[in-house]
Amino acid sequence: MAVAEAQHTLARPLDVPAVAKELGATGLVIFALAFGLVGFETLDVPGGIGINTRFGDVVGAVAVGVLGRLALILLREHRPKPVLFAGAPLALVVLVLLLSITLFGPETGEALKAFLPFKSPVVMWGILVVAVILVIRAGYAVTHMSSGLSPDEREAKMDRLSARVQRAAKLLGPLLLGFALVFPFLPFADRQLLDIGILVLTYIMLGWGLNIVVGLAGLLDLGYVAFYAVGAYSFALLATYQGMSFWVCLPFAGLMAATAGVLLGFPVLRLRGDYLAIVTLGFGEMIRVILLNWYSFTKGPDGISGIPRPSFFGIAEFTRSVDEGTTFADLFGLTYSPTQRIIFLFYLILALAMVVNVFTMRIRKLPVSRAWEALREDETACRALGINPRNTKLTAFGIGAMFAGFAGSFFATRQGFISPESFTFIESAVILAIVVLGGFGSQIGVVVAAILLIGLPEFFRELQQYRMLAFGMAMVLIMLWRPAGLLAHREPTIRLFGAKGKAGAGS
Amino acid sequence: MSAEAIVETIRTGADIAGGGEALLSVEHLTMRFGGLVAIDDVSFQAADRRITAIIGPNGAGKTTVFNCLTGFYKPTVGRLSLHHPKGDFLLERIEGFKTAQSAGVARTFQNIRLFPRMTVLENLIVAQHNKLMRASGYTVLGLFGLKVYRDAEQQAVELARYWLERIHLTDKADNDAGSLPYGDQRRLEIARAMCTEPVLLCLDEPAAGLNARESHELNALLKYIRDEHRIGVLLIEHDMSVVMGISDHIIVLDYGRKISDGTPEQVRNDPAVIRAYLGEEEEEETGDG
Repeated sequence: MAVAEAQHTLARPLDVPAVAKELGATGLVIFALAFGLVGFETLDVPGGIGINTRFGDVVGAVAVGVLGRLALILLREHRPKPVLFAGAPLALVVLVLLLSITLFGPETGEALKAFLPFKSPVVMWGILVVAVILVIRAGYAVTHMSSGLSPDEREAKMDRLSARVQRAAKLLGPLLLGFALVFPFLPFADRQLLDIGILVLTYIMLGWGLNIVVGLAGLLDLGYVAFYAVGAYSFALLATYQGMSFWVCLPFAGLMAATAGVLLGFPVLRLRGDYLAIVTLGFGEMIRVILLNWYSFTKGPDGISGIPRPSFFGIAEFTRSVDEGTTFADLFGLTYSPTQRIIFLFYLILALAMVVNVFTMRIRKLPVSRAWEALREDETACRALGINPRNTKLTAFGIGAMFAGFAGSFFATRQGFISPESFTFIESAVILAIVVLGGFGSQIGVVVAAILLIGLPEFFRELQQYRMLAFGMAMVLIMLWRPAGLLAHREPTIRLFGAKGKAGAGS
Repeated sequence: MSAEAIVETIRTGADIAGGGEALLSVEHLTMRFGGLVAIDDVSFQAADRRITAIIGPNGAGKTTVFNCLTGFYKPTVGRLSLHHPKGDFLLERIEGFKTAQSAGVARTFQNIRLFPRMTVLENLIVAQHNKLMRASGYTVLGLFGLKVYRDAEQQAVELARYWLERIHLTDKADNDAGSLPYGDQRRLEIARAMCTEPVLLCLDEPAAGLNARESHELNALLKYIRDEHRIGVLLIEHDMSVVMGISDHIIVLDYGRKISDGTPEQVRNDPAVIRAYLGEEEEEETGDG
């Protein structure tokens, strides 16, 4: 059927003026964007700022954009062959050039770079990836006589894929956990990689925590970082004023954050949707501003320094020598190395994150979690069934806040220094992005998204200044192609026929 | 006079069309929204183990009566008393969601309100929330997977399975509720309300949008609920084949006032009803039933 349809549409002649118009419009838009953003570059010159023009890059951007659009039009009009035969060699040449630049080092690289429209390899790699996707689509169209899938088919296909990933997660989860457990002892795991690992795990934990509030209960919380801050400051203040240790403070910080969550939630949770999002955003900022201005207590913008590092469960310290007690190295007869503490911190956050994960997995099978999901679906129906909406939402808010509090006190002890600057709105946005990107309610999705959003930018240092741009672009693409999130697939919490009988037959 | 004494006099003095013992007494119910009077001094009684239908033209205030009964609105004036085996409840004094939780009044909605992205079975389990919350020790004990909770959950599944069989949806138990055909969704919503184990079931236009076969099935289901579960059913309906076919007692509202109250036979021949439905001229039929 698809073949006949494709042949039918093939007969349609190409509407050249319309295509030219579309290409012209594309070129114009890209030119308008690129002229200001790419065309001029400010330079530090002695005595002020100079301006460098990059009109070559503007021309390049317009050319690449128009060519890409042409390829899209041809694919849409069922003429994949020119895309395949022109695109494939072009992509291959660029690939070879890029590879030789990376392989042969700077000298040959400089000479080869003259052949490429843009100087930044990252931009070129990006363009190459898009080109390769187009060529693959063209190839698919040539062999299958159709230009890909309709949105519905794609959605259904992605859902099946997500379902498969989630089923695989039963196997993949322990595998990933196993990898995380041996990771610090792998030969390539140096201090930098361990730090990235700790950072990613912190965000995974925060993502899992927020997933309870946003993914399960459907409460869009834009001020999640406030509870992270409450946890961090609870520990930091208790440790510096009262000299309490990390292990004593950890539950206390969680409790403080949960209390803050319930107190904030109480007046706020009668709001729904966008209104709730705006108010939580405001509360998040309020907490930060209080921390910033209550100088006598929180030392304001100076932050709190000298936060004690965690001990080895109160038995030994991770230092070269101690006044009293033993050091970790002495306890186990090792030679002292600063990496030991990093490894310990890595395991600590891994354990904390796993607590959140196990908690979420278990609570999904309990009535309270089903009530969260039901409230997300239809609050009125819940009231008619005798579910108390306020208390149920407050539990979700409080539990989410508690986990943020745990993560916050870990953050404080790891950094040794905190200031309100660490708890700005952008942190909330990143955590929310992890949840949204991964797919609401998907545990493995959060892991994947955290690695993509936190781990990869750490590797691609060059992207640093484009990081937010790439971030925004990724979000737009997700919203276009997969609004529910990358790995969004809801697995029923209970089945009448067991998992095997009708697996995948649902949704 | 205490609330119980009042209720007692009402109950003994009651003579409800269609028979039965009074389950629900509505007295002088008035609901105003600003200047608009949606219900104006309506009194009626609904009997236990009987199907009571509330009918009337659009905008007569039928759904507003339901919203007052089920705690969604607080009535401006009036007393709504439920004569429950566990004791008497004054519904107008109970906070919203507790009407279903403690008084045992369950309802369905005119526009279906299922949890579309949860499965059919999950919809029925959520309806048993309060029972399961107690069994899970308000989540704390449930986290440790205690046997008490697992048993309670098994019982909840059994109750759900029982209702799934009644509404012929056992095969689709693990499908998303939102993916069901319209008629199935209607029946599922009734089953979900029944899973709260109510004493009074309020159905807001359960036959809307159903075809002839489906509304026949619905009649059978409602009769089954009345006869086997021995609870009172209160029904808003426009479909006269359903109303005349299964109701024991009909109350007719028009412009917020009660204009007729009696058995289907009495209501069918009541000139006030004929006027309200068909205008001033006299006709022999009240509807298509």
